[in-house]
Amino acid sequence: MTRKLLTGNGAAAWGARLARIDYLPAFPITPQTEIIETIGGWIEGQELDCRMVTLESEHSMLTAAGAAAVTGVRVFTATSSQGLLYATEMLYTVAGWRVPLVMVNVSRGLSSPITLEPDHNDVLAMRDCGFLQLHCATCQEVLDNLLIAYRLAEHPTVRLPVLVNLDGFYLSFTREPVLIPNQAEADRFLPPFNPGSIRFRGGEPLSEGVAVLEGSAYSYFRYQAHLASLQGIGLYEELGQEFAGVFGRSYTALECYKSEDAGIVFVMIGSFATKGKEAVDRLREAGKKVGLVRPRLVRPFPAAALRQALGGKKGVAVIDQNLSPGKGGILHGELASALYGLPEAPPILASFVGGLGGRDISCEEFFEIHKVVQRAVAEGVTPLPRLLYTEEELRGVRKMQSVARGADTKQGGGA
Amino acid sequence: MSETAYQRLKDLPARHILGTGTPMCAGCGGLATLHQIYDLMGEKCVIVNGASCLTLLSVYPCTPFRGSWLYTAMACAPAGAQGVRDGLDILKKKGRISEAEDLEVMVLTGDGSAYGMGLSATSGAMDRNLDFLYLCYDNEGYGNTGQQFSPATPHAAHTATSKGPGGYPGYKKDLFGIWAAHQPSYVATVVAADPLDLARKIERARSLSGPRLILALAPCPTGWDYEPSATVEIGKLAVATGIWPLKEYVDGTVTHTRIPHPRLPVREYLKTQGRFRHLFAHGENLEMIAEIQARVDRYWRQVEQEPRPSPSERS
Repeated sequence: MTRKLLTGNGAAAWGARLARIDYLPAFPITPQTEIIETIGGWIEGQELDCRMVTLESEHSMLTAAGAAAVTGVRVFTATSSQGLLYATEMLYTVAGWRVPLVMVNVSRGLSSPITLEPDHNDVLAMRDCGFLQLHCATCQEVLDNLLIAYRLAEHPTVRLPVLVNLDGFYLSFTREPVLIPNQAEADRFLPPFNPGSIRFRGGEPLSEGVAVLEGSAYSYFRYQAHLASLQGIGLYEELGQEFAGVFGRSYTALECYKSEDAGIVFVMIGSFATKGKEAVDRLREAGKKVGLVRPRLVRPFPAAALRQALGGKKGVAVIDQNLSPGKGGILHGELASALYGLPEAPPILASFVGGLGGRDISCEEFFEIHKVVQRAVAEGVTPLPRLLYTEEELRGVRKMQSVARGADTKQGGGA
Repeated sequence: MSETAYQRLKDLPARHILGTGTPMCAGCGGLATLHQIYDLMGEKCVIVNGASCLTLLSVYPCTPFRGSWLYTAMACAPAGAQGVRDGLDILKKKGRISEAEDLEVMVLTGDGSAYGMGLSATSGAMDRNLDFLYLCYDNEGYGNTGQQFSPATPHAAHTATSKGPGGYPGYKKDLFGIWAAHQPSYVATVVAADPLDLARKIERARSLSGPRLILALAPCPTGWDYEPSATVEIGKLAVATGIWPLKEYVDGTVTHTRIPHPRLPVREYLKTQGRFRHLFAHGENLEMIAEIQARVDRYWRQVEQEPRPSPSERS
């Protein structure tokens, strides 16, 4: 084991390398590109026996990834944002093929307006595609969860592709100290890929992805994929413990940070949860009983664990780094469905949307969120969903608008 | 290239390996092409399919194929072929499968995918010099959805989305030329009505590696509006009138494998199909037929100006 400063992208590349991937279909996109460049460098330097192919689009990249996995090799790929959406059709398709490939998504906001900065609308747009989703908060977690992801994906009760998510910029380009396991340790945790009966071989004809013409067969296969995905919850907990046995770091479907005795809990996913934990510490210093719960698994959704962690709380603030226009925060709706009908469900389940397109969520905003929820608990009334925005930001945007209109330069025409 | 195992019709495979009882229309020119090619290829291949009529050959739990099949999506069958080919090559290189367990990889799509939605993936596969055979059966429209016009539809044809007096206003895209511009290993046009020419081209394609296209005109009784029994006759007329030139591209050179002589007037082909009926409805539409004839004449004039291969270069 060595300790090294790695970016989130570097950690993802190391995870793939330690998984001894056979095949990397690739396509560059910011902020993911460092991952494929890093692995490509290892392949060229003969440090990794893997074939890398640059496709002409993410749609083709996912197709090649799924087709190679059907053929029986261990496949890794990575994308982000627009690339993920461009590949959408094939994400659904290869999940139906039941292929155990692993893909990293480096979260980035979606067009339009086009941006390079992060939020979770890209990955949550893939919520229903059949991939399992693991959301990471640190660079170490990225590396470790790559290895866990292959175990999950390749497990005979699951046999589904897995998406490992890390936030663009905040994680992809941030260096943190990461413990890199040695190859022998990684091999002990992750044995070579056994494709089982899903593989193309001369003399063993196999039809994959065939059409069905009526609802009962279609429903059967869709239900199978759903039930297989649900197996992933218990399996992730088991693998997290097994991982601890080999590497000394354990993983659970939920990270519960000081939430046990808390009255008010923040719920969020991804790297901004580390900001949330900082706010929890500061609020605790001020005598507030606050905690944070962070699902690492988003699909399958760890509903039972969330009920356990949040049952009996006075108030929950769901902080969504995404926005479903016309509805609001996506995780908030997911949480509500998990908690509804639970006798000890928290009476206040408040929704906050922030951190879109790389916008920070400051410590002061966490304090404000806490204050709003605390007041709601006291009054017994759930507040309206809030879109986090500061007056200073609004002044900045007003200034940009006046520049865009040409008001300052007197060169503009109308508009 | 004078050596061919296919000198006469009786040299063609006697064993027919594609199963029967498929849901294809009677007289399907695409299925006829696939029958002939599958017999020649044998079962040691993976067919990577993109959305098209022939997608409905493999409907759970039945398949007419003795070999393997992978349905991808409309835009990306060549990328599926990339993944399968790479996967097999990796397995061979790492000693996880034997040479005997290897498979040929063949893409199978209609014209909607090959001429349009799948063109980017096709171009990419050629850029990467992917070792695969692409069979496009070209029925000149989106057949599976009821024959709307596609980029492969010929000028003036009536389709479900070009029902006016002029039919389809556009012109058939030159997919052969688009492939040839990429300088791949092999590009050929075929038609099931000429099985010997088809077999020789499959033979030649399989003797090469790299990207290879077999572009088959696939007369379509339902889409083109004619009696199913006329599929072979219409295929022959397409060649005899010069509308569907049988040719191949190898090493930068295009060779015509059949030169119709005498070349029949295009009206002999057009009048066999309901999709061109409007050209003959109230007396002949001489202007439109003449335009179609002029384009075909111009094509063959250019061919005749090119140096002919000596007979020894072609069997």
